[in-house]
Amino acid sequence: MDLDFTAAEQAFREEARAFLRASVPAETRDKALRGVRVPWTEFARWQHILHAHGWGAPNWPKEFGGPGWGPVEQFIFEEEAASAGAPGLSPFGLKMVGPVIMAFGNAEQQRRFLPRIPSGEEWWCQGYSEPGSGSDLASLKTRAERRGDHYVVNGQKTWITLAHHADWIFCLVRTDPAAKAQQGISFLLIDMKTPGITVRPIILMDGEHEVNEVWFEDVRVPAENLVGKENQGWTYAKFLLGHERTNIAGVAISKRELRRLKRIAAAELKDGRPLIEDPSFAARIAQVEIDLMALEITNLRVVSAEKERRAPGPEASLLKIKGTEIQQAISELMMRAAGTNALRFPEVEEEKRGEPSLGAHYCNLRKTSIYGGSNEIQKNIIAQTILGL
Amino acid sequence: MDFDLTKEQRLLNDAVQRFVAKEYSFAARERTLDSKDGWSREIWAKLAELGLLGLQVPEEQGGMGGASVETMLTMNALGRGLLLEPYLPSAILATALIRDLGSPAQKEELLPAMAAGERIAVPAHAEPGARDDLARVATTAARSGDGFVLNGGKAPVLHAAAADVLLVSARTSGGATDARGISLFIVPRAAPGVSLHAYRTLDGQRASDVSLRDVRVPAGGLLGPEGGAFEAIAAAWDLGVAAICAEAVGALQALLDSTVEYAKTRKQFGVPIGKFQALQHRMVEMLIHVEQARSMSYLAAIRATDSDPAERRRAISAAKVVIGQACRKVAQEAVQIHGGMGMTDELHVGHYFKRLTAIELSLGDTEHHLERFVRETAARKEIA
Repeated sequence: MDLDFTAAEQAFREEARAFLRASVPAETRDKALRGVRVPWTEFARWQHILHAHGWGAPNWPKEFGGPGWGPVEQFIFEEEAASAGAPGLSPFGLKMVGPVIMAFGNAEQQRRFLPRIPSGEEWWCQGYSEPGSGSDLASLKTRAERRGDHYVVNGQKTWITLAHHADWIFCLVRTDPAAKAQQGISFLLIDMKTPGITVRPIILMDGEHEVNEVWFEDVRVPAENLVGKENQGWTYAKFLLGHERTNIAGVAISKRELRRLKRIAAAELKDGRPLIEDPSFAARIAQVEIDLMALEITNLRVVSAEKERRAPGPEASLLKIKGTEIQQAISELMMRAAGTNALRFPEVEEEKRGEPSLGAHYCNLRKTSIYGGSNEIQKNIIAQTILGL
Repeated sequence: MDFDLTKEQRLLNDAVQRFVAKEYSFAARERTLDSKDGWSREIWAKLAELGLLGLQVPEEQGGMGGASVETMLTMNALGRGLLLEPYLPSAILATALIRDLGSPAQKEELLPAMAAGERIAVPAHAEPGARDDLARVATTAARSGDGFVLNGGKAPVLHAAAADVLLVSARTSGGATDARGISLFIVPRAAPGVSLHAYRTLDGQRASDVSLRDVRVPAGGLLGPEGGAFEAIAAAWDLGVAAICAEAVGALQALLDSTVEYAKTRKQFGVPIGKFQALQHRMVEMLIHVEQARSMSYLAAIRATDSDPAERRRAISAAKVVIGQACRKVAQEAVQIHGGMGMTDELHVGHYFKRLTAIELSLGDTEHHLERFVRETAARKEIA
């Protein structure tokens, strides 16, 4: 048993750190470290910079243009990237549709779609949830009818992150309405420029536009855009759930945010002394810091199992639940540290770029326990599959 | 021991609840939210008509003389409606300060007009870095001829931009954290040297950073004894806490009702999600928080005017702790149970979430009040 990284892994960390230090643009780094939202243009620019270095797809095998890192290197890279103020990479292409196309797509799809993901040439969004199908995703109704060489898609998807910037959407659609829910679903790739697609912004309570509703009205999708077999889409979606374990806990981001919390608490005064010296507040920070330490080790157990090519044990299932609770706890403490100053709500663009609103950030992060499979659903899965209840 | 309302109190409660239901729909509120000023003069006039701006005004000036229960009932309703208007800073805090510190002439000059909705006054006391230490005042008031010259900065000042008059606390003597030496001044918002940087707050209201540069105040602008405003400021602050406790109860109840309604109607996996025992238990915990909060808001309303300041402080802090914890827990659960919908700007849930979050942080957060409760308890002669 050994909690330290190997010499080779340490050397990799140093290489990654040096590259990141030299390559993350200063204005982007500044925003990421201060908790100011990174605009799309800077986000896309970072993807291009990484790609130019051959690291555009940190989790991809060499076979498909990735650096071929193992799970430990991926974990290390994510930590160093977060620390260096690099914005998080959009997961929809790199961590979702990409791996599905690699595992289940045909050669033509791999050739057509995969290279444009790490290069940032094409951006993806995820068409899963519907107004009537949130936690009960398998009940989804968006219909794809096969008509010769194409499908005709009708329906509505919601909560789609970044649909307003995406070039393509991967959708779970119903191809067999007669079959039992999970058995009638297919995985379809749709060009966002196809006639019949309408995108409407959904504004969140913090005023931000991140997610959208998307309507499909008689949208024609070439049959070649079906991934794998018809009516096997649920299998591919489940593959994704089990597949991405390395960084789902968000340890790297939380470590960076914990450092930001401490800076904020050090700058705030209570009774003339830095708030971080207040025993009560210091104890609250300590609790979160300790929870994060535990989560990191649990995460490393999972990473280590993947490195050994063993299936991870029950510890893997708590990563999303605990990870999001910690993210939320840190954002809440940041807000508490700022007190009534956290209630400032800049609306004008210049103001938004200047000072992050800690109250707005706290509001925004309430989504983390809801998305990605709500924490309630995660607990149901653990209860059923691990505890056998 | 009596938890009943008098007939008059019930009538007032009905009137204000009806007013909010009729005049403060979510859509009407949204229009006010998006407006340039962020509050409605029409609503303010209607509040005046209903006598609600005069609850803290003495009877001599045409008010109700500090009616605690009526204030609580009014704040319940305004909380349910998520009112955006400057009711707390003007009708409660500033009114109480003028009532308690003002000369007969000052009271006559300001209070009837405030009760009638013709003038708005707000306190400008909090300063950057002071956190919730009421005695930490760095803004100075130097004697100049008959009057004073004020210099310093106040932040945040709730609804400064809506006000005609700011009640500015400034130090005429004493050290940075001395309670003695703090004076209160009546300063017209438009006075030379007063500048505002206005902004929206998370919960949709408005506040400002106020900067005071060589602001001249005549002798008649001093409110109360020179250097002796602190006790009144502290009492007004506790009155404000009691008021936002009651406001929170209104919002908490609305959020609980909404969550239960949603859980009964939103179907997933073929059944309303309210059938899932895990969620049922969490909604029950929400109910427990709401009822305990209600109980403590009664205590706060009654003790806010207790003649013993130590008892007042202890009770008010206990109430704010219970309410603060309820605000946090109930708001978080409501959003979670509403799922994605709870995160949107479109649905009322997020708006309640933001207001309850703001209430918890306002006039001393839970941590602050827990510490004050500990101090006040330790200071008591016996262990009780």
